[in-house]
Amino acid sequence: MPVPATHVLVFSLLLFSIGMLGVLTRRNAIIILMSIELMMNAANINFIAFSRQLNNLVGQVFSVFTIAVAAGEVAVGLAVVLALFRNRDTIYVDQVHIMKG
Amino acid sequence: MIELLWLIPVLPLLGFAINGLFGPRFLSRRAIGGVACAAVVLSFLLSAGAVLGLGHLDAVAAAGRAGLSVDPEAHRATLTLWPWLLLGKSAAGVDLRIDWSYTLDPLSAIMLLVVTGVGSLIHIYATGYMAHEPKPAFARFFAYLNLFMAMMLTLVLGANLPVVFVGWEGVGLCSYLLIGFYYDRMFDEKTKMSCADAGRKAFITNRIGDVGFMLGMLLLLSATGTLDIQGILAKVGTLPVGLCTAAALLLFVGACGKSAQIPLHVWLPDAMAGPTPVSALIHAATMVTAGVYVVCRMAPLYRHAPAALLTVAIVGGVTALFAASIGLCQNDIKKVLAYSTVSQLGFMMLGAGVGAFGAGVFHLMTHAFFKALLFLGAGSVVHALSGEQDIRKMGGLGRHIPWTHATFAVAWLAIGGIFPLAGFFSKDEILWGAWQRSPILWAMGAAGAFLTAFYMTRLYILVFWGKERFDDETRHHLHESPRVMVVPLAILAVLSFAGGWVGIPAVISPGVPNFLERFLAPVFEAHAAGVAIETAQHAPGLELGLMLVSMLIALFGMFFAWVFYDRRPELPVQLAGSARGLYRAILNKFYIDEFYGKVVLAPYYALCRASAWFDRYVVDGVVNAAGYVTLGTSYTSVGFDAYVVDGLVNLVGYTVRGVSWVFRKLQTGIVQSYATAMVLGVFVLVSVYLLTSSH
Repeated sequence: MPVPATHVLVFSLLLFSIGMLGVLTRRNAIIILMSIELMMNAANINFIAFSRQLNNLVGQVFSVFTIAVAAGEVAVGLAVVLALFRNRDTIYVDQVHIMKG
Repeated sequence: MIELLWLIPVLPLLGFAINGLFGPRFLSRRAIGGVACAAVVLSFLLSAGAVLGLGHLDAVAAAGRAGLSVDPEAHRATLTLWPWLLLGKSAAGVDLRIDWSYTLDPLSAIMLLVVTGVGSLIHIYATGYMAHEPKPAFARFFAYLNLFMAMMLTLVLGANLPVVFVGWEGVGLCSYLLIGFYYDRMFDEKTKMSCADAGRKAFITNRIGDVGFMLGMLLLLSATGTLDIQGILAKVGTLPVGLCTAAALLLFVGACGKSAQIPLHVWLPDAMAGPTPVSALIHAATMVTAGVYVVCRMAPLYRHAPAALLTVAIVGGVTALFAASIGLCQNDIKKVLAYSTVSQLGFMMLGAGVGAFGAGVFHLMTHAFFKALLFLGAGSVVHALSGEQDIRKMGGLGRHIPWTHATFAVAWLAIGGIFPLAGFFSKDEILWGAWQRSPILWAMGAAGAFLTAFYMTRLYILVFWGKERFDDETRHHLHESPRVMVVPLAILAVLSFAGGWVGIPAVISPGVPNFLERFLAPVFEAHAAGVAIETAQHAPGLELGLMLVSMLIALFGMFFAWVFYDRRPELPVQLAGSARGLYRAILNKFYIDEFYGKVVLAPYYALCRASAWFDRYVVDGVVNAAGYVTLGTSYTSVGFDAYVVDGLVNLVGYTVRGVSWVFRKLQTGIVQSYATAMVLGVFVLVSVYLLTSSH
């Protein structure tokens, strides 16, 4: 019995919400990066779910691209975090608020 | 020589200019003294020449010279030098002009000779007396002295009242300058009066008289349309008696100031702050007689105003008696002489006041001789005693300074009125004139003469006789004065002895005419025609008797003084004790200075203080109020500018700043806050979209 698309969508919604909550509430920059990864994967699942539903492979291609881009994003993000730690001895984002009015 | 009349005052003026400009720096003492003396001696020689020229005026008139008008009848020559004040036309259409002109007649001739003659001797004496002064002071002294001579000669020679007035003010100025000559020294320790104060007192007291003189002058100008003396005197007969009286009294107020008559006599005793030659020249022989001279000069005016003439006589008599009584108790040698001068001036005024103008002038002349001699002798004594002036610290000086002693003795006998010295004749003529007018006036004069003989004898005995009361230090320096001082004393002594012989009355020497009377006759009798003069028929017996009486009075005065101060020195003390009130009054000069201080000066000072108060609080108050108003306005303006105008501008800024403060707070720099806001925004937008989009 095939899994209905609705279940996948709900799952993707939960995953996105968890990721979003992580981005908004956690202070550790690495965890924030990980949460972004969650949200991205929730989107990927959405793409794949609709790809199967609509018998269109474009969705699956899209998510492969997305995963590739996410890999680049993580590379850049971790480099930023490393640079941040070297310069300011912390990776807590609430302690880095020099761009304020 | 009469045409050289103008040169007589000019020479001393030149001396003044030379000594005043170059003396302190460029001239030696000898040169300064030489210039000063030469100027005055030359003046004297010119005067003598001019006076001799009066005898043959006809020749002068025939020769004719521009500006010189001659009246041989009146023995008068008038030299008009230049037009001085051109006042335009009066209401009556008379041309009012005042020329600078000099006149020489017998009266001014006598004054001229006395002023330049005695002046010369005193100048010579002063070169010795002032020799110890520093050179600038020496030059200043002689410059002032020469200026004084120039002014006095202007006064004497002036042909009209304004010229006389110029001299009158000029001698007042010089008197002030010379009284205050030692302006840095104290004159009277008791009253804290400095020599400069004494000068000021003299000047201010004289100003009171000068106001009278000027008013009299203006009154005569408005009444007669001229100020020329002869012009006024010619019109006197046509003027109402009241006007004549007023003018005469006003002029007499001036004469009172200058000649130190009561009530304006207070300055003369304090004038002794000046150096002794000044006291001799200005405050004894010449300047103080200017008042007498003016009264005699205006004799016809006074004859026309009997009330004024009587006032002159009474004031003169009272002054003679009163000043002599003060002289009794003075202890400063110069102050005794000063009161004596006041008293003798009173005699002259008495003479003029009883109509015996000639006698007044005669006494003026003899007094100039013997009083100058007394002062110069006193100066010699003071000089010998190294500056001591208190007669209680003198005594027995006769042995030490024989020349001064001998000449002083002559002056003492002359002023005392002993026959045949100068004072006897002149004083006696005045007393005879007074007797003819009223025995009361005669009694005043005779009492004055008695006191004069008394205090002069007291002075003479205390200074030259008896025990020596000075200390050894002074004795060590004691010396007779140098020849340059003794020779003038000797010449004055001769004049004091024989000076009276020009006016020997007819009763004593029948057949020999009275030279002075004849000489002055053109002056005093020219305008007398038509005015009744009380010339009592000559009673030779009476006149001789009175002469004898006055001589006895003088001898009595001398005798009493001899008893009091030589034989029984305890008597004056007893007398002072028994008449304590009178003694204290005399000792304090009848409290006249104190009276003036209370009655005149105190209200005047109060007025000054009130004026100062008014000025400070009212006048200044108004000015300050205007200032404060301006200040207040500008403060308001500043406030408006600072708070309203600037406030509006600032308000704009503050508003912008406040608003931006709010927005700035949103920019926290915490990225998560921004993300939260974004998510919420998206949430809201989606919600709005879903809720509003209808299916």
